[in-house]
Amino acid sequence: MNVSYRWLKDLAPTLSGTPHDLAARITQLAVPVDEVVDLAWGLEDVVVARVTRVRPHPNADRLVLCEVQTGDGVAQVVTGAPNVVEGAFYPFVAVGGALPGGVAIQRVNLRGVWSDGMLCSERELGLGRDATGIMRLSGGFEVGAPLVKALGLDDHRLVVDVTANRPDLLGHWGVARELAPGGVRGLRLAPFPGHVSARYDRVTEGAQAMAGGVAVRIEDRDGCPRYAALVLRGVRVGPSPEWLASRLRAVGARPINNVVDATNYVLFELNQPLHAFDLAKLRGPAIVVRRARPGERIRTLDGVDRELNPEVLVIADAERPVAVAGVIGGAETEVSEATTDVLIECAYFEPKRIRRGSRSLGVETDASYRFQRGIDPEGLPAALQRVADLILSVAGGVVQVPAADAYPNRWTPRVVRLRPERVSLVLGVEIGRDEIAAELEPLGMDVRGSGGPLEVTVPPWRPDMAREVDLIEEVARRWGYDRFPDELRPFRLGRTQDDRVVRAVSVIRRAMVQAGFLEARSVPFVAAGVGEIPLANPLAEDEAYLRRWLLPGLVDRVEHNFARLVRDVRLVEVGTVFVESGGPLPREEVHVAAVWTGRREPSHWMGEKEWDVWDLKGRLEAIAPHVVGPSAFVRPLQPGSEAERALPFQAGSFAVVTQDGGWMGGGGQVRPDAIDAPRWAGPVWGFEMRLAEFGAPARRYAPLPSFPAVERDLALLVPLDCPAAAVGDAIRGSAPETLESLSLFDVYTGPNIRADSRSLAWRLRFRAGDRTLTDAEVDAAMKVIIRTLEEKLDVTVRGA
Amino acid sequence: MNPLLVNPGEEFARIEQDGRRAIEAATTLEELEAVRVQYLGRKGRLTLLLRQLGQLSEAVRPAAGREGNRVKDLLSRLLEERARALEAEHAGAAVAAAVEDRTLPGRARWRGGLHPCTQVTDEICEIFRTLGFVRGRSPEAETVWYNFTALNTSLDHPAADAQATFYLQADAVLRTHTTPMQIHVMQSSPPPIRVVVPGVVYRRDPWDASHAPAFEQVDGLAVDEGISFVDLKAAIAYFVRELFGRETKTRFRPSFFPFTEPSAEVEVSCTVCGGGGCSTCKGTGWMEIMGCGMVHPAVFEAVGYDAERYTGYAFGMGITRIALVRYGIPDIRLLYEGDMRFLEQFA
Ligand SMILES: [Zn+2]
Repeated sequence: MNVSYRWLKDLAPTLSGTPHDLAARITQLAVPVDEVVDLAWGLEDVVVARVTRVRPHPNADRLVLCEVQTGDGVAQVVTGAPNVVEGAFYPFVAVGGALPGGVAIQRVNLRGVWSDGMLCSERELGLGRDATGIMRLSGGFEVGAPLVKALGLDDHRLVVDVTANRPDLLGHWGVARELAPGGVRGLRLAPFPGHVSARYDRVTEGAQAMAGGVAVRIEDRDGCPRYAALVLRGVRVGPSPEWLASRLRAVGARPINNVVDATNYVLFELNQPLHAFDLAKLRGPAIVVRRARPGERIRTLDGVDRELNPEVLVIADAERPVAVAGVIGGAETEVSEATTDVLIECAYFEPKRIRRGSRSLGVETDASYRFQRGIDPEGLPAALQRVADLILSVAGGVVQVPAADAYPNRWTPRVVRLRPERVSLVLGVEIGRDEIAAELEPLGMDVRGSGGPLEVTVPPWRPDMAREVDLIEEVARRWGYDRFPDELRPFRLGRTQDDRVVRAVSVIRRAMVQAGFLEARSVPFVAAGVGEIPLANPLAEDEAYLRRWLLPGLVDRVEHNFARLVRDVRLVEVGTVFVESGGPLPREEVHVAAVWTGRREPSHWMGEKEWDVWDLKGRLEAIAPHVVGPSAFVRPLQPGSEAERALPFQAGSFAVVTQDGGWMGGGGQVRPDAIDAPRWAGPVWGFEMRLAEFGAPARRYAPLPSFPAVERDLALLVPLDCPAAAVGDAIRGSAPETLESLSLFDVYTGPNIRADSRSLAWRLRFRAGDRTLTDAEVDAAMKVIIRTLEEKLDVTVRGA
Repeated sequence: MNPLLVNPGEEFARIEQDGRRAIEAATTLEELEAVRVQYLGRKGRLTLLLRQLGQLSEAVRPAAGREGNRVKDLLSRLLEERARALEAEHAGAAVAAAVEDRTLPGRARWRGGLHPCTQVTDEICEIFRTLGFVRGRSPEAETVWYNFTALNTSLDHPAADAQATFYLQADAVLRTHTTPMQIHVMQSSPPPIRVVVPGVVYRRDPWDASHAPAFEQVDGLAVDEGISFVDLKAAIAYFVRELFGRETKTRFRPSFFPFTEPSAEVEVSCTVCGGGGCSTCKGTGWMEIMGCGMVHPAVFEAVGYDAERYTGYAFGMGITRIALVRYGIPDIRLLYEGDMRFLEQFA
């Protein structure tokens, strides 16, 4: 909502302060002001000039020579504008002056003729968007007068960001009411230049009324609780006087003609959308407010043919829709230069109905914006009077009585109870009854009651005041948010605890960061085929699904880095993925994924190494207990398993499983066909796991050993098809409890080893908690182990 | 009688343990030789003990002898291994000593780091923890009821614009704010409540320098008997000073959220220019950082809390936006590109 500073001052003469002062007060009191624009900015050198003679340019078809009275004499100006008229007034900048923004005007030679100054367009002056021709000023002017003065441009525009709860602030009257020292009592409607008062009687009736011979009928009383109308005959449609045009320009609206401008003026002043119909084009003539019938069509003011539907409220004449109620008028009944008789509509439409109509047609206008939020249903007569006065003042004509005021659905005042003690409880400071009344009354609220709750009657322009808490907010903001103290007072702790997943995620993130990983973020939108859950209204086709896995996104991030010639990449992501659940909402899982490629360490003069598969496995084994739980383990992925298709790894990848075999994710080398990698890139490793909820493992102290350990090395000749894990399991399974640890310290194949076998060397450490183990005991244990290996696995002891 | 001979096994174990340690601890060949002499020399601890074995009875002498010899073999082997290792080290040290160039670069490790948004999130949650707020979690996909209706937002209301919301189905949306956590928390626990919930939220905004279709927010909720607007102001003012610095000023101005009343927008003195006016604060000297207010009674009614007995406050802010301002990041897309050169700056 654009607010003119001068307009505000006209409505509230007691208002003081600069434009910036008022902007700050509106912000502190009600809604934010985004910007204060000085409309005269940069126009110091622009004056009103009169073109007295226009001649063709001797050397150019598209240029003309103008003789211009500037107040300082006569200048010759060359212009390319197509619309120069002899005798008309235009904005002019003389040689040596400047346009807004500092462009200096110089004497120039255009195709052999000197041009002394410049006639300006709206756009060049920052006054509008029109750049098609120079700006013709309507009305009479003193030649040489500063443009700012002539057009009333010594004004400021306040750009107010009105929140959805404050429809009353969508007009100057409402803003002035909020600011004026006496509130609603401090306001007045200023007379227009050459003010003519329209005189007519008004009788409020039911669903039917007559406006100057036109029958008005409301069929949809829910959609249209009130419809007022007035017929004016003999108006002369033409350009608005400069004061009216400049008011509209000050709020960023474009002047069209005096009748339409008058309706817009009242819209911005009183927040009452109005519409003018060309009475001659209304069939009947009649006005019917009803729902559109299936298949009905209308060509609207913007030139678009629209198909209507029964959700849409329309204004119809005796035969067809002539306007989309509260949204946009029809082209056929539009006011034009030929119009002499008009019917002015001034109505209150139901916000929800207008919203549906506006939404189903995809049209939003100044009018629909206001109706959707709720205007003042009791304000119609004043608005109609105001627009009638204005049209008579600027376009002439007479009122044809009577004025219609069909009001089948009367507004009833709302009374809201307000307990002063509740005000204090919610706000935390004591605010007395009198203070409360003093804050509310300037807003048009009627406050009554002595002792007990206050009875507050809410004015019709405040649909947002529905319950006690709404009034408490009014008291708080009028009293002043700044006046509340901000001291910390005692509080009780809540009953809930930290979320376990949040804690686990934090541990995992930190573990990965310790390992040299950088945390990445991505948005969870993917293409079809990559995700399971479709969006009903995606932004783009390749972002039409929700991700099922994090890894494909991270692989994309690796490609991004490769494309920037970054070869060493280590990224980790923790995020939500979405899984089909069968219900309306997807199941959400928290996943942890990482990718890495390149060198294990930053380059060093002693040499460097690339990541390999054992780094991968080690990382999986280190991180899986944090993600999946203490019982997690890592094993080679069975070829052909379901899990193999889930993640884009080459053969030879790993599965992370729970103790009972549940698959929780995996890791491996990203398949070359799953990533666009340049030739210089190394293999890309990665993993992804689902986060499980598990209790933190209980830690207990174990006494440090007090007896020595005994170590034995065992070099085994193992058939190639027998996995190391099987050998290890067999050793553990056949060893006594005194086997403290088992480690594989060497794997060897070579000339000394049979071709179908390899050598696995293990170190076994034995220790008892209560005594020193003897050689004999350990030898006996080793014998059992060796026998078991030989019998079960066809393994032999090397050199034995 | 010599006490050593009461339990020779224990004494051999002690010698083995001490010997191992001494061998490990030796850093030069000279030191190592001294250890050898100390244990295996003519007057070494082990040598002396072995000599005494003759005094033992026939029954225990063979076992003790075997144990003694095992320890002797072990220590001999360890001495040899250690000697080889020290020789190798010595050779290396000699090379390095010959080069004598300690300006050569050391061996570095990759530096990891949390995403800037995670760092900001953690910092915000830790500040609120000192005010008693625990950290919670809430779903990213919600029903319309949780995301709008229960938060006093009718779908017809301009505040709930369907254009800005991602729908999965007619009744399922991606949450447009983290505020639905209020409903989940209050449904799962009676008052008092003090919780903050950070997370990803979704808006149908196409990508540009300042918009992303998914970004991060944090919402907070405090509910108890007797919580007032003053408590809200106090909590927010404390938070602002902790996050942006002691000298940062806070101001509240009226605002509108369907789920709070009174509602306020919180502005802080611009952290970039200090209040003088710059492009970050659009010349005003103030930056909007969060919305807040007293929990609307309609929200309490939606979860079955007694709206007469309990009051509360709620707040919400954009983590992503704070990260952009704090680190001076000019384009939101940088946060989502996974570019190593960008992320390393925050490690
Ligand atoms: Zn600034």
